[in-house]
This record gives sequence, C-alpha cells and structure tokens, in this order.
Amino acid sequence: MTTVESAGSSLASPPGAGIRKVKDRTATTLVYAAFAIALVPLIWLLWTVVSKGIYMLTRNGWFTGTERGITYRDAGGGAWHAVLGTLEQVALCTAISVPIALLVAIYLVEYGRGPLARMTTFMVDILTGIPSIVAALFIYAVFITTFGGERSGWLVSLALVMLMIPVIVRTTEEMLKLVPNELREASYALGVPKWKTIVRIVLPTAMSGIVTGVVLGIARVAGETAPLLILVGYSPDKNANLFSGPQASLPGLIKDQFSNLGSTTILEGGKRVTVHYAADRMWGAALTLILLVMILNLAARVIARRSAVN
Amino acid sequence: MAKRIDAKNLNIYYGKFLAVSEVTFTIAPRSVTAFIGPSGCGKSTVLRTINRMHEVISGATVEGDLLLDGENIYGAGIDPVDVRRTIGMVFQRPNPFPTMSIYDNVVAGLKLQSGRLRKSELDETVERSLRGANLWEEVKSRLAKPGAGLSGGQQQRLCIARAIAVEPQVLLMDEPCSALDPISTLAIEDLIQTLKEKYTIVIVTHNMQQAARVSERTAFFNLAGVGKPGQLVEIDDTQKIFTNPTDQRTEDYISGRFG
Ligand SMILES: Nc1ncnc2c1ncn2[C@@H]1O[C@H](COP(=O)(O)OP(=O)(O)OP(=O)(O)O)[C@@H](O)[C@H]1O
Ligand SMILES: [Mg+2]
Repeated sequence: MTTVESAGSSLASPPGAGIRKVKDRTATTLVYAAFAIALVPLIWLLWTVVSKGIYMLTRNGWFTGTERGITYRDAGGGAWHAVLGTLEQVALCTAISVPIALLVAIYLVEYGRGPLARMTTFMVDILTGIPSIVAALFIYAVFITTFGGERSGWLVSLALVMLMIPVIVRTTEEMLKLVPNELREASYALGVPKWKTIVRIVLPTAMSGIVTGVVLGIARVAGETAPLLILVGYSPDKNANLFSGPQASLPGLIKDQFSNLGSTTILEGGKRVTVHYAADRMWGAALTLILLVMILNLAARVIARRSAVN
Repeated sequence: MAKRIDAKNLNIYYGKFLAVSEVTFTIAPRSVTAFIGPSGCGKSTVLRTINRMHEVISGATVEGDLLLDGENIYGAGIDPVDVRRTIGMVFQRPNPFPTMSIYDNVVAGLKLQSGRLRKSELDETVERSLRGANLWEEVKSRLAKPGAGLSGGQQQRLCIARAIAVEPQVLLMDEPCSALDPISTLAIEDLIQTLKEKYTIVIVTHNMQQAARVSERTAFFNLAGVGKPGQLVEIDDTQKIFTNPTDQRTEDYISGRFG
C-alpha cells in the first residue's frame, strides 16, 4: 500500500517537474517566436506588392492593353503582352521539362541501379546548383553563337528547362519513393507488367505530389530574369511568336518599368500632383506575376484532385 | 481448373544469402496446404517463389524446378508475368489500390492485363468475385466508393476478390488473417473452404488452430540451425502433423516445446 501511495505522490509532483515546465514554456515560446519572425517578411512583402500593385490591376485595360508607345509620363498601359509572353515561355518550358523530368525520376526510383543511376543523381544535383544566368549563357553560346540563331522566346524556355528539370526530378523522386512497395507487389501479383504497374498504379498514387512538384518548378522559373535579359530582351509591343524577335514577359515588364522610373506632375482637380506611372506599372506587373503563379497552382491542384478521384 | 504444384530442390537466395535450401514438395490440385514454422524460417520466401514474386526483390534468385501441372515455371522462355496471372496472391497486410474505387479494385487485374473490356463483362466479374470473397452484400451499394475506405477485414476480402477476379488456378495467401479480428478471420477461413473447390490454395499462418481448421496438408518449415538456411522439415496430412508427426522437431514445435 505504501508503495502505491508513494508512486501516486511522485506522479503528482515528481522531482524536477518545475524545471521541466519552465523548459517546456521556453521551448514553446521560442517556437512561436521563430514562426512569427519567419512570417513577418512574408506578410510584409505580400502587403507591399498588393497595396502598391492592386491599383493597376483594377484599372481598365491592364489585362488587355500593352505598353506600346507609353513612357513614364503616360498613364495607363497594360500587361497583356507580358502575360502572354510569360505564359508562352513557361508553357513551352513545362512541356519540355515535365516528360524528361518524370522519366528521369521514374528511372531513378523504379529502375536505377549501379553507376548509371548514381551518375544521373549526381548530374541532377549539379543542375540544381546552376545559376540561371549561366544556363542562359550556355543556351546563347550554343544556339546564337554556334548555330547563328536569333534572340527569341523559345531560347528562354530552353534555358528555363535546365532550371526546372532538377526541381521536378527531386520532388517526383520523393513522391515515388513514398508509394508503398506493397502496391507495386499487389500489381505484379495480378500479372501486370512492370511498366504498366508504374503507369497505372504508381504514378496515379503519387499524382498530387508530382503536380505539386511541377507547380514548384513553374514558380521557380516564372520569375527568372537573367535568361530574359540575355536571350530575348523586351518588347513593349505584343509578340505572340516564340520563335522570332523580342518578346515581353512579366519579369521583363518589371525590369523595363524599373529602368524607366520617373515622376511627372499633373493637374488634378485644379491642384498639381506628382504621380509615378512607371512605378505603378512595375508593382502591377509584380502582383500579376504572383497571381499568375497562384492561379496555376490552384488549377494544377484541381486537375490533380480530378484525376485522383477517377 | 486448379493445378498441381511440384517443387524440386529449391534453393532460394537473397543476393548471396541462402535463405531456404533443398525444398521439395508436392501440392495436389483443389487442396489447402498450410505452411507453418517459426519466424524467419522462410515460409514467405518459399511461397513467393511459387508465383515468381521472389525475383521482384533485387538480387533475389532461385535454383531448382517448380512444376505447375508438369510445366517448369522457371523454364527458359517462361514469362513471370504469365505465371503470376495463373497463380494469384493475397498479402499479409491488405493492400487495395488507394486511387481506385471498390469496383475498380476488383477489376484492376483484368483491366491492366488486357485493356478494354465490355462493361457488362466487368459488372459480372465484380459481382461474381465479390460474392466469391463473401463481400458482395456489404459493399454492393457503394461500389464507387474508394476501396481504402473499408475496414481492415473488408479490405482483405476485397484483395481476395481482386485476386480471384483474374481467375487464377492457384491462390497463395501469406498470413492473410494476421491483421484481422476473429470474426473477419472466420469469414476468411469459411471463404477458403469454398475457394478450395475451384483453386489450389497455399496459406502461410502462425496460427496452429487455423492451420488445423482450414488445411488438408501441412508443411513444417524450420531453420536448419542458427545462421543456417531454412528447410522443409516435413509435409504431411494436417491430421497427422498435429497428432502424430514423423519428425521430433515438428512434435516439439506443435506442442510448444520449441527452441
Ligand atoms: N527482402 C529480403 N532481403 C534479404 N533477406 C530477406 C528478405 N526477406 C526475407 N529475408 C530473409 O530470408 C529469411 C526468410 O524470411 P521469410 O520472410 O521468408 O521468413 P518467414 O518464415 O516468412 O517469417 P515470418 O513468419 O516472420 O513471416 C530470413 O532470414 C529473412 O531475414
Ligand atoms: Mg512471412
């Protein structure tokens, strides 16, 4: 009986309980503080972009007009040419990257053994570390210097492919590894060949994760600026042709407006007001870029959910 | 359409590690054979060589012959994919495909093997297989719901339905009830009794009562010694193994005097 009682009392207030509580409090506080500190720049950034950019987005013609003939002294202007350019370049880049990256990831997880697989992993690691400007210079050297090509949008896509592939390979690899081996075995045991098991069982099971990887890849490349500067330049006019001539893009528009900042004074209601049209357009383009990535993200998630249910 | 199995001098390896040595046995068609023995003696390993699932593990190899109605499934020119269509398997843990509905799980084998099939054919197969697995009444109103949403016992019967939907001739079961409650276990044992009218069944189990209840023949596996490969000690009528085994080691294991 005494032992039971002593056990009870030691449970109620075991030695060192006070210290443990203090430690627990301290750790909890630290975790929350770190979380808050990490959130501050994020919220600040979003607030800045939204508050400064929303004005342009709500104006008529932002999503339909271009910057043709518009200087920092002119109000208005649109981002349609830039949205179109970015969409085209990113779409081509995604269309090239996704199949390659998926095949590489499938090879590494489902087939890869020995030196070839190790070498592939190593190459993907190296690719992950390549700065975008180096990728751009490489494409320039190959397609413009060597083959005498013209600066144009599709070369940007090619440079972005080198940045996108490692992102998708990495996330897809992780997702495929998460698919339990039992599912593969269940499929083999039904007399399903390996390739079909991968296509019909493994990939669908990992689909939502793979889609996340693709979206991460898109987000990674959509804001890249160095390849644009080197490989396509900027055009204030609409150019829907990926294969010829300068083409606008959202980062290109941001950069262009930034390079031509300036204020001008107008009369408004009989008073002189200083306005910053270029800065407004710059923030508008920044917000548009963020929105674009977000919309793609949402769309991809919806598609992934649809395909997972089927 | 059940088939007879003859294993001859099987040596089963994981890489260089000899897991099971010199296994020879015969399993008659339309019978239930139980594999019993201590953990790690190679029951699962032997079971998985019967439908060539063993070689799915990288580095895993098999020596010896395994005859299915006289035809060596390890012979040259035999495609393991065809073997697995003939010899189905149910695993220890229920593993329905998580992206598929109950319906699609049942016909997964058919669809993935041969592509397009008529809807009426599929419907028929689904009902027949689910009835065969004793699950039809419980799920017939929610065939379009995800298979992973069933209880563990239902999932296991779904996996059995999936395995018999492709009409194999042999059904291998690796501890199919070890994750189930007594009622689901009984349901599956009853099921085995009906399935044996059509299929040759081999079942691995740690549950002696279960082996005694469901099987006609029992094979006792054991390790030849510490660090030595597993071996088949004896295979005989279940009645005899549990009452009057030939080998002293079987007697010790059955009566709990093991180790
Ligand atoms: N994938 C594997 N790779 C290497 N060795 C393995 C592998 N699977 C099993 N083994 C080894 O093979 C031997 C037999 O294992 P097996 O799984 O067949 O035993 P078991 O009789 O089914 O045991 P249990 O009753 O615990 O399921 C064991 O020594 C085990 O460590
Ligand atoms: Mg086992």
